[in-house]
Amino acid sequence: MTTGDTMISIDGLTKDFGPLRAVDNISFDVKKGEVLGFLGPNGAGKSTTMKMVTGYLLITNGKASVCGFDVENHALEAKTKIGYLPEGAPLYGDMTTISFLNFIAEIRRLSGDTKQKQVAYAIDKLQLQPVINRPIDTLSKGFKRRVGFAQAILHDPEVLILDEPTDGLDPNQKHQVRQLISEMAVDKAIIISTHILEEVEAVCTRAVIIAEGKIVFDDTPAKLKEQSSTGNLDDVFRRLTLVN
Amino acid sequence: MSNCWVIIKRELGAYFSTPLAYVFIVIFLALSGALTFFMGAFFERGQADLASFFSFHPWLYLFLIPAVSMRLWAEERKTGTVELLLTLPTPTWVVVIGKYLAAWVFIGIALVLTFPLWITVNFLGTPDNGVIVASYLGSLVMAGGYLAIGSCLSAVTKNQVIAFILTAVVCFLFLMSGVELVQSFFQGWAPSFVLEALASMSFLTHFNTIIRGVIDLRDVVFFGSIIGVFLYFNAAVIDLTKGS
Repeated sequence: MTTGDTMISIDGLTKDFGPLRAVDNISFDVKKGEVLGFLGPNGAGKSTTMKMVTGYLLITNGKASVCGFDVENHALEAKTKIGYLPEGAPLYGDMTTISFLNFIAEIRRLSGDTKQKQVAYAIDKLQLQPVINRPIDTLSKGFKRRVGFAQAILHDPEVLILDEPTDGLDPNQKHQVRQLISEMAVDKAIIISTHILEEVEAVCTRAVIIAEGKIVFDDTPAKLKEQSSTGNLDDVFRRLTLVN
Repeated sequence: MSNCWVIIKRELGAYFSTPLAYVFIVIFLALSGALTFFMGAFFERGQADLASFFSFHPWLYLFLIPAVSMRLWAEERKTGTVELLLTLPTPTWVVVIGKYLAAWVFIGIALVLTFPLWITVNFLGTPDNGVIVASYLGSLVMAGGYLAIGSCLSAVTKNQVIAFILTAVVCFLFLMSGVELVQSFFQGWAPSFVLEALASMSFLTHFNTIIRGVIDLRDVVFFGSIIGVFLYFNAAVIDLTKGS
């Protein structure tokens, strides 16, 4: 695939939880090379959208496909293309970092040399060497988040979906993770959700803001900034998400 | 199928990397031994068989199996790792069977470790070893039935204590469905075929024919169907409750 190919396609995606409509008719495409910043207040439907694309939640209405595979009808093929960091980076606390990464690699059907190479690559990229033999339960929040990130990039996926990847990291670690995201963006399509507006400016090529399940903004971060007279992203964010 | 094996390996590793496995095995061996010698009057009976050992298994399993099964899904739901697991490219039923088989193998290990009793009875007399082998298999299959019920009910809740109690109660009903206590509740208003159907669902009745040394196809089919039905519901419950 060349740069510009559509990797993630979301069309009229809707999710109801009982009478509550959490995600309301959302559509957008993400192309290879794009880093899409998914913004919105808590409860706007960011995580719910991501959970539908990754095949965790059933879709009430609409369609989503990853690398041409429908996430419901070709769930397994779609899932092999995705690297996913769920919100809060849930991990098996009783396992050591290395055994956890090996477990994920094996489930993703990597074996032999490829498995060793990919696990070593992820450990190197996230600088996990100091903790590879420690149980995950004993790691700091920053390391846990990085183990979760390592798990998502193990199989060198074409699509990365990261739910608040820098939450709980210190400024240095945040910088590191952002660099990693930019680096990987070259040959992947990436969606990250975040509350941190500066992060969107720093790593994203595109910003999508949702409020109450609907898209209220979809353009470049520069355009987002233009909408503000003061050049302050917080103001625009508040105006877009509160007025509705 | 290779993914099933990866999951079994991880699960078994999790049992033995925490005190759970050791505590369970020690308590199982201590209790089964104590019941055999004191309540079962192993020596006083003066018979070279293990009937006094096996006859307590339905009761022992009643609270020991829920203790193993309660964590199977409730813990994954509580920590959020279920989201990680179900967004990996592996079907839900493979995960259900993998986790179930790992728990069953673990119980099997505990059961095998009671072999000194077998040696003892062979040292003291000349027992019918065919009956003993049949009884061991029967006990394992019955444990599998309890475990399938427990695995299914563990998926219903995030709370392990609730999972434990629900499992113990449902297993108790299955165990006792042929006994007066439960039958009298239905007598008088339920038609007789319901009473007979209930009686035929009794774990106790099926297990008792097996430990007499009779491996009847009907008993094997009975436990097999219990396992199949509850694991089927287990996968269905997971698909229904995920994301909630």
